[in-house]
Amino acid sequence: MSIKETVNNPHSHWMEASGPEADVVVSSRVRVARNLSISPFPHLLSESDARDIIHSVSLAIGNKEADRSRSLELVELGELAPVERQILVEKHLISPDLLEEFQKKAVVISQDEVISIMINEEDHLRLQCLLPGLQLKEAWDSINLLDDELEKTLEYAYDEELGYLTACPTNVGTGLRASVMLHLPGLVLVNRIKDVLGSVSKLGLTVRGLYGEGTEASGNLFQVSNQITMGQTEEDIINALISVTGQIVTSERAAREALLRERREHIEDRVGRAYGLLSHARIMSSEEAVRLLSDLRLGVSLKLIDIIPANLITELMVMIRPAFLVKKAGKEISPFTRDVVRANLIREKMGFK
Amino acid sequence: MNCERCQVRPAVVHLTEIVNNKKRTLNLCEQCAREVQAESFGIIPQMGLHNFLASLFSSQVAAHFGSAVSQGEKCPSCGLSEAQFAQSGLLGCAECYRKFSDRLDPVFRRMHGISKHTGKVPERTGGKVRLSKEIDRLKTRLREVIGREEFEEAAGIRDRIRDLEKEMAGEAD
Ligand SMILES: [Zn+2]
Ligand SMILES: [Zn+2]
Repeated sequence: MSIKETVNNPHSHWMEASGPEADVVVSSRVRVARNLSISPFPHLLSESDARDIIHSVSLAIGNKEADRSRSLELVELGELAPVERQILVEKHLISPDLLEEFQKKAVVISQDEVISIMINEEDHLRLQCLLPGLQLKEAWDSINLLDDELEKTLEYAYDEELGYLTACPTNVGTGLRASVMLHLPGLVLVNRIKDVLGSVSKLGLTVRGLYGEGTEASGNLFQVSNQITMGQTEEDIINALISVTGQIVTSERAAREALLRERREHIEDRVGRAYGLLSHARIMSSEEAVRLLSDLRLGVSLKLIDIIPANLITELMVMIRPAFLVKKAGKEISPFTRDVVRANLIREKMGFK
Repeated sequence: MNCERCQVRPAVVHLTEIVNNKKRTLNLCEQCAREVQAESFGIIPQMGLHNFLASLFSSQVAAHFGSAVSQGEKCPSCGLSEAQFAQSGLLGCAECYRKFSDRLDPVFRRMHGISKHTGKVPERTGGKVRLSKEIDRLKTRLREVIGREEFEEAAGIRDRIRDLEKEMAGEAD
């Protein structure tokens, strides 16, 4: 898939519900920060210096070994339309920071969209691997390999004592940030989410859930990631996160089973209503859509509903975001039209007219 | 009120974010809210962290100079001043780490509990460190195989260690 196709097709490998523990773990992400030793960090670079960095990276990925049939493609952000840039954010292939001063920035994306390299974000390079389900080890292995291959060409900023040097000192050392995206509707419904996530944050991990209006997390999605980047090996960091994730998965499954046992009608009703609304509504805000898709995902993983594949739900979570809707409409649209386009799109994807 | 993120557009969305079980309200414009929402699904926003770090560092700078208004020293390589760092939370270049090391060190200790990297060493740039780590690894392995009385394998590992030690002595010159 070329980058032009990437921005037209909402699907990405990480959305497949095929990975391990996919009923709870939506995706796993590993990213490392690297800088070139010869140049100041990106925030101090002029446009022409920034271009030199992009050029160096393009030479490094042109190296056959680095490519390894991944078919890496580099695109400068300035070559993309604004809505296309936003779509890369919505597909989680780049961070929103890459949109600022985009003339200085570029991204390398592998054909399967599993690997991306942001160039001149906060650091010269941010290597990222994004996989479906709980696959942190696999993600780290790919990044580790790619990093070795790039280092054959690029001179990294590295210090024997401090490790990999990064623009923000909070990333120095391994430069590694590993995270999992978890879907935890069960723990939210049984009111145990605070205890579980609270104990996780005591273990040196960061938990994020974004709350919309009211108190319910948007889509019951939570991200858990490592906080410490220094004094531990990459493998230690990854293993610690895997083990904590395993414990959360166990509690989430226990909560879902308890709900099915004690409040079966309520859960079935909730899932059924979500399905009904998503299949027939004509106006749908993104907040409502995210909430209903979360209910539907729960229903699918509890096998209360079997006509909707789980990967379609994750794909819809991305498709209902604003830039995709604009791309689909082919022009800028008002918030109201957006809600209409969103409802149409969901109905269509669910097999209704 | 203006948006807390871009400081430009008016804040119309008020998001409550839970980080490490602490509630925090973010007042954002529609565009920033959208971006923050996208971030929350897969990408870690750094904004909170920079501020946190900058505050740690400015207290270090203040302690060092007895005054927060001091511009402090500048990095000879990229020209970044301490005041600039305290404001943005970002260093300017690799040399900054050496220049400001005495003030960064306590920051690392507070943040990571330690200020020594024990992870990956780059193959080419790593040079001596990589060799010494490989020697350590082989020595551990050597003890294991001797424990299992696999003496032929042990001899091979011993030779490899000797080669690496020679290589390291050569690099030290
Ligand atoms: Zn804003
Ligand atoms: Zn500097």
